[in-house]
Amino acid sequence: MNPMLAKSPPRGVAGNTLTSDTGSATAIAQAPFGHALARAAEKNPRIVGLTADLGKYTDMHVFAEKFPQRFFQMGMAEQSLIGCAAGMARTGLIPFATTYCVFATRRAYDFIAIGVALGRANVKIIAGLPGLTTSYGGTHQGIEDLALMSSIPNLTVIDPCDATEIEQATQAIADYEGPVYMRLLRGQVPVVLDPENYQFEIGKAKILAEGGDVAIISTGLMTGRALDAAKALDAEGIHASVLHLSTLKPFDRETVSSLISRVPAVVTAENHFQHGGLGSAVADLAADSGLKMRLKRVGIPDCFCDSGSLPYLADRYSMGATHIAQAAREALR
Amino acid sequence: MNTQSETASPMAEEIRLKEMARTLRRHVLTMAEIVGQGYVGQGLGISDLLSVLYFHEMRYDPKHPLWPDRDRFILSIGHYAIGLYAALAEAGIIPLEEIGTYGRDGSRLEMSAPETTPGVEITGGSLGHGLSQSVGMAIGLRHQGRPSRIFNLLSDGECEEGATWEAAMAGAHYKLGNLYAFIDCNNQQADGPPSTIMNIEPLHKKWDAFGWHTQRINGNDVGAILEAIAVARKVEDRPHAIVLDTLMGKGVTVFEQREKNHFIRVDADEWSVARKQLEERSL
Repeated sequence: MNPMLAKSPPRGVAGNTLTSDTGSATAIAQAPFGHALARAAEKNPRIVGLTADLGKYTDMHVFAEKFPQRFFQMGMAEQSLIGCAAGMARTGLIPFATTYCVFATRRAYDFIAIGVALGRANVKIIAGLPGLTTSYGGTHQGIEDLALMSSIPNLTVIDPCDATEIEQATQAIADYEGPVYMRLLRGQVPVVLDPENYQFEIGKAKILAEGGDVAIISTGLMTGRALDAAKALDAEGIHASVLHLSTLKPFDRETVSSLISRVPAVVTAENHFQHGGLGSAVADLAADSGLKMRLKRVGIPDCFCDSGSLPYLADRYSMGATHIAQAAREALR
Repeated sequence: MNTQSETASPMAEEIRLKEMARTLRRHVLTMAEIVGQGYVGQGLGISDLLSVLYFHEMRYDPKHPLWPDRDRFILSIGHYAIGLYAALAEAGIIPLEEIGTYGRDGSRLEMSAPETTPGVEITGGSLGHGLSQSVGMAIGLRHQGRPSRIFNLLSDGECEEGATWEAAMAGAHYKLGNLYAFIDCNNQQADGPPSTIMNIEPLHKKWDAFGWHTQRINGNDVGAILEAIAVARKVEDRPHAIVLDTLMGKGVTVFEQREKNHFIRVDADEWSVARKQLEERSL
């Protein structure tokens, strides 16, 4: 077993109200972003927090309770949220601004592009409900945010896979000077990666499983499912590599190129629209580099999705571990 | 620091600032003539405010444009850059001779001001951004215990942007006495007068209802601008809205009289007329 994967017994609060089904988790952590932000803020007084009426729903409340003087409620006004964060950054603060993916990217796009990214304002946008992680429908499911955010120059785009990575990435982006968009898994978040052996680095993809038959390249919560798929394939004698790529931008071309040049088939898995995200980035890289491969993409199809429970949605839109495994088999045919 | 004279009599100071406004207008004409067209009406219209802010009210160090305790001028309406560059050049933040590059390929002095140019605090121009960034700066500076104030210039047309009112709410909610918003009402947006495009009045009542300490003055009257800022300074628990009724092309009769003057095209022989009119205008 790869030492980067979690094997410890459950920690924190477990329960049946997971907001994110990340596959092969062994444990649960409560509000990892909020606690990590509070820890980072203890060390760095420049960190402040903002939200647009979603403090309790983006784990920002943990920070707000600990540092009430450093927390700024902006109300239900996402343009103001991002614009004010950009202004604060220009005075030397490090603002972490939270809302949902859909509201940050659809309602405040121009403010992120021009107010934040153009001048590299040191704003960290933390966006909840990525992809199919809510029982609400199209209004709340952030299905195209990675495509939108990856299209903006200067912006770093991150989709963490679990509690371990969220905690590490929160500290990493606080230390990084520049604008960041990071997807958030909130509330009770599974632990997939071993905090002792995994080390998040901005812009670095990590091999979590080694196998020469097929490569599964995954991002966000799909990595847990990719690991489950790899186990299932292994039992059939198909040996899969799993490359976890949490930073969509800047894209780790070196590691991805190196992997796909060693295998005949590639599956990408993302909790996002099939185009404009990870799958497209991998296809672009292969085309640009003349790398030959068969590619299957697992992701959200070209539709607004139904509402429903998370397992129902994963099944309905072919986003589960079984679908990743099936995509691998098809890619090898 | 700026050249503010603490000891000058109010009358002498007003005359000095009116002369400075004329100097800024000269620079505006110089820049506009280079490109043969442009936002000359806006530059001329806002020169009185820029004279008061940059040469009387604001604290800054031209040798250190990023001095953390500086007062900040936030240009939301990026295309008013021509006026801002005139002030920055006269203040010594950019070299005076650089205004000759205005609008040229490769120049730092783009027609809509980019924040990469010294003295330009944000990239305005996508309208409706300036006030929310100003609110963020005012919160951030107060949070850090800095004495700096924020002077935001936005336009009447920008009062059609929803984001302006989101930010107005936030500014009042956080009781930002260190924030001043000047709303330039020149009654001309890209497609025509706001009253025919999308009515924004009554602006005074709107800003007042949003919780701002609000005044409405003749924005081409240096004395009125000085007085309005002095009145506003006494109110510490509310942000300040100063609605400026201005005349586009102010100071140059041929431009004042243009009907469609959002983006003026000027014939080559008109520039000498314009210069003459500017110099002949009494203070």
